[in-house]
Amino acid sequence: MSDIAIKVENLGKLYRLGEIGTGTLSNDLSRTWARFRGKEDPFAKIGETNDRTTKGTSDFVWSLKDVNFEVKQGEVLGIIGRNGAGKSTLLKILSKVTAPTIGSVKVRGRIASLLEVGTGFHPELTGRENIFLNGAILGMTKVEIRSKFDEIVDFSGIERYIDTPVKRYSSGMYVRLAFAVSAFLEPEILIVDEVLAVGDAEFQKKCLGRMKDVSDKDGRTVLFVSHNMAAIANLSNRICCFENGRLAKQGGVRECIDYYLKANSTKHNSDLTSFTLADPDFRFVNFEFVEVGLGNVFYTSNKIGFKYVYEVKQEAHGLRVGFDIIDNFENIIFRSFHDDLDKETSHFLPGLYESSGFIPANLLKDGAYIIRLKIGIHNVRWIIDEQIEFKINLAKIDSLNTNYNDERPGLTMPIINWTTKQIYNA
Amino acid sequence: MQTAEYTKAEEASRGATVADQEGWTEVIEPRTRLLDLGLKDVWRYRDLVMLFVRRDFVSTYKQTVLGPIWFFIQPLLTTITYMIVFGGIAKIPTDGLPQLPFYLAGITIWNYFAQTLTATSTVFTANASIFGKVYFPRLTLPLSIVLSNLVRFGIQFGLFLAVWGYYLVREDSLHPNLYILLTPILLILMGLLSLGLGMIFSAMTTKYRDLAMLLTFGVQLFMYATPVIYPLSRLPLQYKFLILANPLSSIVEAFRYAFLGSGSFNWLYLSYSAAVTLVVLLVGTVVFNKVEKNFTDTV
Repeated sequence: MSDIAIKVENLGKLYRLGEIGTGTLSNDLSRTWARFRGKEDPFAKIGETNDRTTKGTSDFVWSLKDVNFEVKQGEVLGIIGRNGAGKSTLLKILSKVTAPTIGSVKVRGRIASLLEVGTGFHPELTGRENIFLNGAILGMTKVEIRSKFDEIVDFSGIERYIDTPVKRYSSGMYVRLAFAVSAFLEPEILIVDEVLAVGDAEFQKKCLGRMKDVSDKDGRTVLFVSHNMAAIANLSNRICCFENGRLAKQGGVRECIDYYLKANSTKHNSDLTSFTLADPDFRFVNFEFVEVGLGNVFYTSNKIGFKYVYEVKQEAHGLRVGFDIIDNFENIIFRSFHDDLDKETSHFLPGLYESSGFIPANLLKDGAYIIRLKIGIHNVRWIIDEQIEFKINLAKIDSLNTNYNDERPGLTMPIINWTTKQIYNA
Repeated sequence: MQTAEYTKAEEASRGATVADQEGWTEVIEPRTRLLDLGLKDVWRYRDLVMLFVRRDFVSTYKQTVLGPIWFFIQPLLTTITYMIVFGGIAKIPTDGLPQLPFYLAGITIWNYFAQTLTATSTVFTANASIFGKVYFPRLTLPLSIVLSNLVRFGIQFGLFLAVWGYYLVREDSLHPNLYILLTPILLILMGLLSLGLGMIFSAMTTKYRDLAMLLTFGVQLFMYATPVIYPLSRLPLQYKFLILANPLSSIVEAFRYAFLGSGSFNWLYLSYSAAVTLVVLLVGTVVFNKVEKNFTDTV
């Protein structure tokens, strides 16, 4: 017996777009007739890929096509991809919610899927009753649930409200209870979809910890879909990256996340092509990030190189090029100019110039930022003030201790060299 | 190793169906065999069926003042209405029986059929959100509906028995007979028939919502094609065979005959009903099976 837990072969799923329902009886009949004679579906144009941004010609779309992969027993497979890349379809097929159009999935062991927490919770029933109902829906027997009941209640931390109808719960309590039931499932294969995007930070940490336990200690196979790269990087052994319904890349964690971030970043300097500036003294040529490979996504643990190119038309004193880094709440995190350290370089003779530098690694926190270019002549005027902005994203992968996944508060996230020694043995 | 044990047990139990030498416990493929009901799976989820039944009861009467008393009010009020409209105004004969037990008998068993059918027929559409998120044997839901309606029937049947007992003791108009022993079989037939019809409708409504509209008043109209408010014996001959073609007729008639002693009982008619039930159930499962795999895409 081999150690493959899931084997996906040539899997594909055809979806129909647009209205479904009225006025399709004749189509249905001709389709049935075609199938009856062993012909292909006359309404499916084969080979259309699934790209939601372009409008296709046919009403049918392969939301998943030619997917092949294997998952070993005990492995944690991360699944990433843009919205609509086919991740959810894959999970739905694996959890038997919908059937594939072609291909097959072979499975060894019992599958439980958490596409959503709290499936089947009934608002009128009490927490206790819902634990049993939800557990049974997820495939546990009454005996199994009863034996884990105390643990579930304990994990959820809502013991006091266990005999209150869940419609009176706060949304946080509801989610806690729902996740707690799911967390104590004991299938051989667990499929998890983004459920971790719920609850407060403390509870999320608890959930991630529980997931890690499930894979590390219990040796279960886990398939894990998320947009949270940190969580993916932390939990997975291997990653499958989906693009437009196809399996674009599978392999090591870092390699796949790099690929994904690169493929999904927008071209950061595309808007510059249309930018013109009529200024007698100055011509802006380009601003770009040096590490082009990842587009506008950077890791907090890497430095971010950038390069300015510009032409000075007339001799200028006090000309400064620089930028502001601004966070989501319009806070200016810091401002930097090319001559911060060098007094001489603010005197320009006419010519083409390049100024480059880098934002240090481990300075900014993960998150989205705007880089707003600032070019001005000191005490005279701004040449470029608010006209050019770049959006960048910083992803945290391995900067801070990866045993913890909670969000670090604060505006910046520097890494400080701590030293910890034992002073004496207690 | 728990895993290995489980896999072995699973292999042994499914070995015949999943013909795979490599030891896969499950193969997910585009189509299933038509009659693969997965009853083994349903059995594994039997606790879920019971929990669904419980959920139905608890949720229906939460926050009502009268609670389960509604189980009695509904058939009683219906019966009184029928007594006034059909018995009093339209003067439809009741085979010489007192009106109260006559109508109540018909209504009790008809309600079982009607409620099961209407509830089953919306199984897919009403539970789309659960079905779209997690797999469990879909058959558990219609089964739980049949069961919870059986319990509901049991309560209403109790009411009927009380009325029946009263008339039995106080008056000499009722002549129950040994056919009473057939009651469980009648109920099973009724349950299976409504289950089968409900599965057919539920499968079709995922695509054609019109059927849901049709069904709600269709069930009401269908009652008039069943001898619920009139005895079979009083039908003009040219309509009689039409009414008898309805597989429910002989069940309702047999039920009333067994308890009240008037009307007719005919083994031939009853076996006809049983045969139709079987066919409907068969078609129902095939359609239901076919739809359950892909309905989340169309619903």
